[in-house]
Amino acid sequence: MTDQDGSAISKLGPIEKVSVIVSKGSLEGIYPGLIMANGARMEGIEANVFFTFFGLDAINKAKHEHVKVSTVGNPGLHLATMAGAIPGVSALVTRKLAAEMEKLDIPPIPEFVELIADSGGRLFACKASVDLFGLSEDDFIPQVEDVITVGEFYGLAAGGQVIFT
Amino acid sequence: MSTLTYAGTPVEVDPEGFLQQPEQWNEQIAAEIAAEAGIDQLTDRHWLVVNYMRDTYLESGSAPSIRTLGKSSGVPIKELYQLFPKGPAKLAAKIAGIPKPRGCI
Repeated sequence: MTDQDGSAISKLGPIEKVSVIVSKGSLEGIYPGLIMANGARMEGIEANVFFTFFGLDAINKAKHEHVKVSTVGNPGLHLATMAGAIPGVSALVTRKLAAEMEKLDIPPIPEFVELIADSGGRLFACKASVDLFGLSEDDFIPQVEDVITVGEFYGLAAGGQVIFT
Repeated sequence: MSTLTYAGTPVEVDPEGFLQQPEQWNEQIAAEIAAEAGIDQLTDRHWLVVNYMRDTYLESGSAPSIRTLGKSSGVPIKELYQLFPKGPAKLAAKIAGIPKPRGCI
């Protein structure tokens, strides 16, 4: 949809609510969803974050400090697959990236999810994944509001935009 | 770029109403911008954030991120969102008379 001078306009008005799905457990898989959710809150947009599959690592007390960049099968790194598989390489790349992010004031994952929760973003864990991995609510940080089904997620997301990452 | 009048003073603003020249700002202008945004009374806590925002911008040339605002302004994140429900970083910058922050964090 464009207006008379050709610029894009939305007939639906501004976005009022986003529901972000975080489905991956690598560092580069988790951050985009967190940035989208935090960015929404910064604009005064309501935000829900639904962690599913390995994305649950972002809110798992025992794991969220240890999330790493995937260095195998990640063409964006321009690193030979064999090199990426050498023990320690993933940790090294993660450390370098974390240092760069700190310079840009991007928080580490544990602090970031807490920031989103404190900002009024609501955090949820996916029930199917929690059952699959044999987890319980106790495995998650206290900011996680509930373990919910896909149907309940769609209920929460109703009337807003869903972003899958 | 257009001109708006706050507290009897014409100021240059961008299309969203952010002051383009921080030196044109004063506390009365801040109060009027706040009222327009639905904040009828700027409390001491609001001022703490607004002043921190302004000082940081004037010193460093850029507005602080929401993370830094929560850590260093003296007002924690939860309260920031209570004080400025439509987005603390953006709204506090507007009230502080500095250009719109362009950070993603």
